[in-house]
Amino acid sequence: MIPELGHFALVLAFALAVVQSAVPLVGVARGYGSWMSVAIPAARAQFCCVALAFATLAYCFYVSDFSVAYVAQNSNTQLPTPYRLSAVWGAHEGSLLLWVLILGVWTTAVSFFNKGLPSDITATVIGVMGLVSMAFLLFLLLTSNPFIRLASPPADGADLNPLLQDPGLVVHPPILYTGYVGFSVAFAFAMAALIRGRLTTQWARWVRPWTVMAWTFLTLGIALGSWWAYYELGWGGWWFWDPVENASFMPWLLGTALIHSLAVTEKRGTFKNWTVLLAIGAFALSLLGTFLVRSGVLTSVHAFATDPARGIFVLAILGIAIGGSLSLFAWRGPQALAGAGYGAVSRETFLLANSLLLAVATSTVLLGTLYPLVLDALNLGKISVGPPYFNLMFSIVMAPLVLLLGIGQFSRWKGDTLARIGLELKYALSGCVTLGFVCVAMLKPEGRLAAGTGLAFAFWILASVAAGLWQRIAPHGRGAVRLNLLSPAFLGQCIAHTGFALSIIGIVLTSYETVDLHTRMAPGETKNVGPYAFEFVKLREYKGPNYDATEGTFRITKDGALVAELTPEKRNYTVRAMPMTEAGIAPGLTRDLYISMGEPLGGGAWSVRLHYKAFVRFIWLGALVMALGGIVAIGDRRFRLATRTSDERHTAKA
Amino acid sequence: MRFAIPLAIFIGLVILLARGLHLDPRLVPSPLIGKPAPEFSLTKLSDPAASMTKADLAGRPVMLNVWSSWCGACREEHPLLVATARTGEFEIFGLNYKDTREDAKQILARAGNPYKESLFDPEGRLGLDLGVYGVPETFILDGQGVIRFKQVGPITPEVLNGRILPLMRELRGSKT
Amino acid sequence: MRIARLAAALLVLLAAAARAEDTPYTFDDPARQQTYEQLINELRCLVCQNQTLADSHADLAQDLRREVYGMVTAGKSREEVIDYLVKRYGDFVLYRPPMKDTTWLLWAGPVLLLVLAGGAWFAMSRSKQRALASTLTPEEQARLAALTGADEVKRT
Repeated sequence: MIPELGHFALVLAFALAVVQSAVPLVGVARGYGSWMSVAIPAARAQFCCVALAFATLAYCFYVSDFSVAYVAQNSNTQLPTPYRLSAVWGAHEGSLLLWVLILGVWTTAVSFFNKGLPSDITATVIGVMGLVSMAFLLFLLLTSNPFIRLASPPADGADLNPLLQDPGLVVHPPILYTGYVGFSVAFAFAMAALIRGRLTTQWARWVRPWTVMAWTFLTLGIALGSWWAYYELGWGGWWFWDPVENASFMPWLLGTALIHSLAVTEKRGTFKNWTVLLAIGAFALSLLGTFLVRSGVLTSVHAFATDPARGIFVLAILGIAIGGSLSLFAWRGPQALAGAGYGAVSRETFLLANSLLLAVATSTVLLGTLYPLVLDALNLGKISVGPPYFNLMFSIVMAPLVLLLGIGQFSRWKGDTLARIGLELKYALSGCVTLGFVCVAMLKPEGRLAAGTGLAFAFWILASVAAGLWQRIAPHGRGAVRLNLLSPAFLGQCIAHTGFALSIIGIVLTSYETVDLHTRMAPGETKNVGPYAFEFVKLREYKGPNYDATEGTFRITKDGALVAELTPEKRNYTVRAMPMTEAGIAPGLTRDLYISMGEPLGGGAWSVRLHYKAFVRFIWLGALVMALGGIVAIGDRRFRLATRTSDERHTAKA
Repeated sequence: MRFAIPLAIFIGLVILLARGLHLDPRLVPSPLIGKPAPEFSLTKLSDPAASMTKADLAGRPVMLNVWSSWCGACREEHPLLVATARTGEFEIFGLNYKDTREDAKQILARAGNPYKESLFDPEGRLGLDLGVYGVPETFILDGQGVIRFKQVGPITPEVLNGRILPLMRELRGSKT
Repeated sequence: MRIARLAAALLVLLAAAARAEDTPYTFDDPARQQTYEQLINELRCLVCQNQTLADSHADLAQDLRREVYGMVTAGKSREEVIDYLVKRYGDFVLYRPPMKDTTWLLWAGPVLLLVLAGGAWFAMSRSKQRALASTLTPEEQARLAALTGADEVKRT
């Protein structure tokens, strides 16, 4: 009975999504106020139905109802309870349900935080989001129903993929999806602006907090994914330019461009069309990511079990949603009013260059990801495009971006001169060039030029952030630092840029100094990695709830002093007969020590991978700081001002 | 007009992705098609004392099927191979890949032996030279010992009737 | 159907790969060690397909590592090893795609995009500068004010 309830809730949600999109959009077109007002209750009811379906599926997992095919395929009576919850999104059907649920969360959020919005805009935004919900609910119901029953339920389930039996994977997908799907809000606002012909600075103010929020979640989601891959896959890598990783990275890059372009549109009313195009693009890339992950068009270490029929469906959604919105753009875009003019050297030009470069970076990732597919489609052979390509190309595009980032922060709106900016930045510039040279001098010869350059770039960002803060504080008297002069938007920007610099430092130093020793070790033996001595103390075997494990104990010392004792494991998950490595990691701010067990080599010896990774934590720390910057920026009063004034107006009218 | 450029790019992208749905990204075409098969000298599975070389496969088009006792998908295609061998249309040679003689012989005794002879390649030396990456794989060699076709994964009736049999007839036709 | 079956076959393969060996290879000569490490980190395993030879636990990856080890020990250069593998498996094994007539667009693409972006930046800035420089007649200014004003009214 319970699964049928979930199934019924999904059907009802679909019907409500039809109402949520059709009625308000017709209302907007015809100017029927009462039709428009259907949007909010319909959206909330739709969300409740999806939430009920989701809760139902979670309950089926909780009680191990193996008569439900999806539960039977992805759970097991021995599976620990927390993983039964995460198993809900452990495979295609459930994760798609999560996708739709999160879309509902965003829509509901829009239905609550819309006080400053004209009712036609609210109705259009929720209506457009309803269209997306409708498409994905139909997709769920027709091709990927998680509530399908088995005629003869198995006695026990096939277990959750062991790769996903990990705390990191409990939180990673919901956060990542929240980011991904969050761009649908910016998309819906862009549609509303085009449909209603209201591409204004006010519009940009409405969209900014939503975009920053989605971007913040996506930043966290990507960082979590990278961190998970690092400790769970057992080879110590944190980014592999895998198609699925790229699928989440592309919307992030374009979303970053969108945030910067929105800033200009809001302040100066320029680049309206470019901003709208970026909003459409960011959501298009979210949908593209969904397609790439679920269609099997590209191979990936993270992809779901794939099915071409599903691929066709997602492609149809992508084609209709984005094709439709780009047609609308082609039609209505030229009607937008031009914004204010600006000089050749001005904050506008720098921010434009910034968003263009981010768009180039996005296109580069897209090119590298899809190029093998292009050649294959044209029957020109199969190639692989991997880290050597992406690392090189990405650095080429990012270098000018970082340079301009520092300068752009100091330029004034409308018009400025390079001479004035140079005056402001001379200390910052000379400081970080000097520091770069100092770094090169201090580092060991091999690869130090690249590392020094990378570090100088990071210092450049930090120096420009510091100089920017100084510029705002200094003229207002020393002593009392008047933090209230710093708007949250500005502070958020400073924090996010600092995070970006920290990530760069992490990336540069990790690639500069990584020791990666693949070796044979038996208990009692000691191997040296840099200044660290890794002693293989002992081996033991034990039984986990749903796996058998071999656990090694390693003692790491430096100059005779104990640094850490690690217990990496090799597990065999019994139901799926899948081997898994659980790495032993001694984390540190400036270095990680990392051990993963390979295979037994006979005579008690094992193949073992010992890693030393300098500053690897900075990569994720930087991402955390970037996300923090996003959160701070959302708190800016400017974004709430619209709400308050319109509230006042409402009461005044009443 | 400028405003339609993104739409045009997007339509191109969708066409590409639609085309991509019909391609298998895991399938790696062999660069050896149209090239002479590598030279080798391996012992026979049936007789450790006797060995075979490339010359033993020359003179007529043959099928070379890479198989192993530990490979589940090989069992899937095995009956089809046995049936094909029975028709006598062409000779099938086996390349027993990274296996032990006992295991391999046991399988053949149980499921039937479609092979005129199997080459025994316990270290996968010839497999490496042939670019084998997923057992089973099947090669068609023409009379001159040139590789004309390669199938990765089990042979299905569609592949056999649609690709292999017509190719074999063509190869035999060009020889006479 | 065919794809599903192939996928099943590959899964079986992966299961077979589970019993893989994982022999570490070390060299006395640090230069050769480096060549070896660099090679296995840039070559793609064909079974797991999205891992390098260095990262993959597949049986085939172990075989190819051994092969690369053998060749590097025998003093073969990086190019010779790559050539050997490409002859057997094609360009697919290279994570660094070779420069040839089918891949020039891939390699030149980012640079072309940068040039394109530069052009767009220049064009957009130029038109805006003109907008800044152009002086409007009082009538035009009034009309503009009316237009933007209307815009403001519509918004609230």
